[in-house]
Amino acid sequence: MSLLSVNKLSCVKRDRILFEELGFSMQAGELLHVQGPNGAGKTSLLRLLVGLSLPDSGSIQWRGEDIRRTPGQYQSELCYFGHKLGVNLALNAIDNLRFWCRMQGLPTNQDLYPLLETMGLVGLEELPAGQLSAGQQRRIALARFWLKSCPLWVLDEPFTALDKQAVALLKSRLAEHLQSQGLIIMTSHQSLDFPLPVRELHLEYRL
Amino acid sequence: MIARLTGLLGREMALAYRQKSELIQPLIFFVLVISLFPLGVGPGPQMLQKIAPGVIWVAVLLSSLLGMERLFRDDFSDGWLEQMMLSGLPLYAVVLVKVTAHWLTCVLPLLLISPLLALFLNLTPEMYVALLCSLLVGTPLLSLVGATGVALTLGLQRGGVLLSLLLLPLFIPLLIFATSAVDAASMQLPYNGQLAIIGALLLLALALTPVATAHALKISQN
Repeated sequence: MSLLSVNKLSCVKRDRILFEELGFSMQAGELLHVQGPNGAGKTSLLRLLVGLSLPDSGSIQWRGEDIRRTPGQYQSELCYFGHKLGVNLALNAIDNLRFWCRMQGLPTNQDLYPLLETMGLVGLEELPAGQLSAGQQRRIALARFWLKSCPLWVLDEPFTALDKQAVALLKSRLAEHLQSQGLIIMTSHQSLDFPLPVRELHLEYRL
Repeated sequence: MIARLTGLLGREMALAYRQKSELIQPLIFFVLVISLFPLGVGPGPQMLQKIAPGVIWVAVLLSSLLGMERLFRDDFSDGWLEQMMLSGLPLYAVVLVKVTAHWLTCVLPLLLISPLLALFLNLTPEMYVALLCSLLVGTPLLSLVGATGVALTLGLQRGGVLLSLLLLPLFIPLLIFATSAVDAASMQLPYNGQLAIIGALLLLALALTPVATAHALKISQN
């Protein structure tokens, strides 16, 4: 049975149809790579999928149930990385992650330093995030995928502004997640050259 | 869930501590506006006592508007709002936490400094007690209604002036009853009627505005 199924989804922005009658379903262990030119509606699709915005028509089902019926349950099973990082520029990396964990109801007594070391942020943990580079801020936000274990990951352009090492790190983390029967939906303009099978969804730019 | 919400409150407090200057500015504005009045209308103690309730309350309204945008503007622009909406927590509870934090960090300092201003404007002790009561009951109402206003203007670039134009007319009933409570106290009359009306307004706002704010926040994401 498919975990996530999307039926006849349509999205209209400013009188322009981004996509209509979009449908697909995903099983555990699959990665969906959403592709398309700028303005094709990739981010809009991802925001619909996590439930941040509502579709003009169509439905999204998670484990056979509409995500609008039990949003709290659905959202506890997903982790979203969007264009806006959700990293407060006045707080340091540790505080940003710790407050996120507390909000998510994850244990907060764990030591975050090993994770920061993995993310290459050691030595920067006392600096406000506003003083870090764009890539380092994105690393803070991406660290959430090491903290929360949940089946569905949704990532919007995760590789932007990351250096090669961080891209490799994230890819290996994504592969790990797929192997443990997780689901990933992501957009990226780069080709993934991923060792695992990748499903592709092309969105056209429509006038 | 309570632990997760107190975690959010803790974050707001930590942020307020990091951004002390932003919190002190409305406070200084408040003191400055009030100290302008003795200079402008003359230092006659009778005159000052007569205008004091109105002056203090108008100054509270204006200076609370200064810090109002802090409620959601940063969260909206850096994406924390999205993360809160995807946390699985009920959004109205999140809104209540934000409003509580706003009241504690932006409004409570105004109350703490009010004895000094009572001295400036020659308030009698009875008037001061009445003023403090009206502020205690009335200012949470400012934060609650203000949150709805901020949420409605989130999607706009530079919504700050519009926010003031939207909110100030809504605060007129509060201003009328609050100043009339202090006036009543100056004439040694009971003022619990006025306080009860402000209390009723507060309860109404407490019941309705978190839901309205939560809905406005959802719309801002579309």
